[in-house]
Formats: sequence, structure tokens, C-alpha cells
Amino acid sequence: MARAMAKTPFIVSLGGEIVEVGDGIALMRVPYCEKLVGDPDTGVVHGGVITAMLDHCSGMAIGSALRKPVPYVTLDLRIDYMKPARPQAEILFEAQCLKITHEIIFTRGIAFQDSRDDFIARSTGTFMFSRPQGVGA
Amino acid sequence: MKIDLSDPGATPDALIKAVPYCAHLGAKVTLREGRLVLELPFADYLIGNPSVPAIHGGVIGSFLETAAISQVIYETRAAATPKPVDITIDYFRTGRPVTSYAAARIVKLGRRVINVHAEMWQDDETKPIAVLHGHFLIVAE
Repeated sequence: MARAMAKTPFIVSLGGEIVEVGDGIALMRVPYCEKLVGDPDTGVVHGGVITAMLDHCSGMAIGSALRKPVPYVTLDLRIDYMKPARPQAEILFEAQCLKITHEIIFTRGIAFQDSRDDFIARSTGTFMFSRPQGVGA
Repeated sequence: MKIDLSDPGATPDALIKAVPYCAHLGAKVTLREGRLVLELPFADYLIGNPSVPAIHGGVIGSFLETAAISQVIYETRAAATPKPVDITIDYFRTGRPVTSYAAARIVKLGRRVINVHAEMWQDDETKPIAVLHGHFLIVAE
């Protein structure tokens, strides 16, 4: 499943790559690229890039926490933007699967550049199994 | 970015075309009876799940955020791109491989912070596939 998600067309189009994934935690990166810019005056990457990567990274974290591959979809995703990403530098994304219940999965994630303690954004996600599963954590 | 809406060449569509990430998404802005409606034609690279196939949740979030920012710039004539503070996206339906639309409205226009609500739909505007609400900070010139 992790391999399939690494080839997701939209993530490939952003230049997104997997750094490490396993045991309910996923780490991904996006190198700086002109096409990701949201503010041409400053060169700061668009918030949508952060949202897309945190959504995807959260999904990958869930996939790595499940005992068997079962489909799930995003119910809601909240992103807090703490500060703009520094232009010309790569952005790292780390998401964690917090809890898997029969129906719902809870995640959290951060986007950072230099240090995990100095994050540029954080995410809180809720996902749902496409069919009732009763997978358990 | 610097925007001069008094310039006849500065159509809302030209404004978002100047933003590289919006151009990457392929989003267009149209004016329908004075209302800003964004259009996102389907393209293969927007796919998140090839087996359905479905548009990536990140495309949906990005498109909704673009709709919200466009509405703020359009209504407030902001000279600089408003900064997102926080956004929440609720996903209702699968984004099918067809053209999508989005429109936003300002819920509360504060002096520094604006609360915006945006909706995204495909064939039927009364059946949104996702909605966004969020706060955007007005950037002083």
C-alpha cells in the first residue's frame, strides 16, 4: 500500500517523496519548486501544498498501522498555519496515526523545515473506513 | 502579490494565473452574475486514488483554499495575498474525474482577520463534495 501511495499522481506532480514509513508514522518531503509558489512576491509555497502533503502523509501513516490493507477516506482535516515556509528550502511532513476504532481513525501531523520543534503547520485529521471493518488497533 | 483591480487587464482569472500553484492545479476564475466561481477541469495528475478513480483530497483542499483567497482579494481589494491562519475541510463525497467548481463567501469581515466559507461541487451545486471554513489574515501593505 505504501508503494502504491508513493505513486499517487497528484503527489508525484508536487514532487512529494516518501522518506520513511512504518508503525503508524510516515515521513515525507517536498523539494522547493517554483510551481508550488502561492505568493509570487515572496516565493512562499501555497498553503494547499501543505494541506495536500499532510493529508497524504496522514493517509500513509494509517496504512502503515493497519494489519491488512482496507480502504479509508478523509472525513475532515484541519490545518493550522504557524508561519510561512522558507522559500528555496525543502519541507518535511510527519504524520502519526493516533487511534484506530471500528469506524474512525484519528491522525495528527506537522510540516517543518529545520526542526520538528519549529513547525510551520500542524494538522488534525479524521478518517473513516469505506466499509465498516472492525479492524481494531 | 500586487493587484490593481482598476486595471482593465487585471481580470480575476489573470490574477490567479499569476500564482504558480494555481496554474499548476489548472484552476480558472469566472464571474457569474457578479459572483466569483472557480472552475477546475479534470486532469489525470489530479488523481489521488487511481482505482476509483478519485481526485486527491489535497486537490480538493487546495482548490477550496484558492477559492477562499480569491474571494477575499476580490471583495477587499487586498493588495497583498491574505495569509491562511487555519482551515478545516469537511469531505462529503468522492471527487469524480469531471470538472469541479468552487465558490466562497465571507462570513465575517474583521479589520485584521476574515472568516471565509467555501464550497466545492461537480454536477450539482446543491450537493457539495467538500466545504472549507477558515480564517485569513489581512496583510498590511
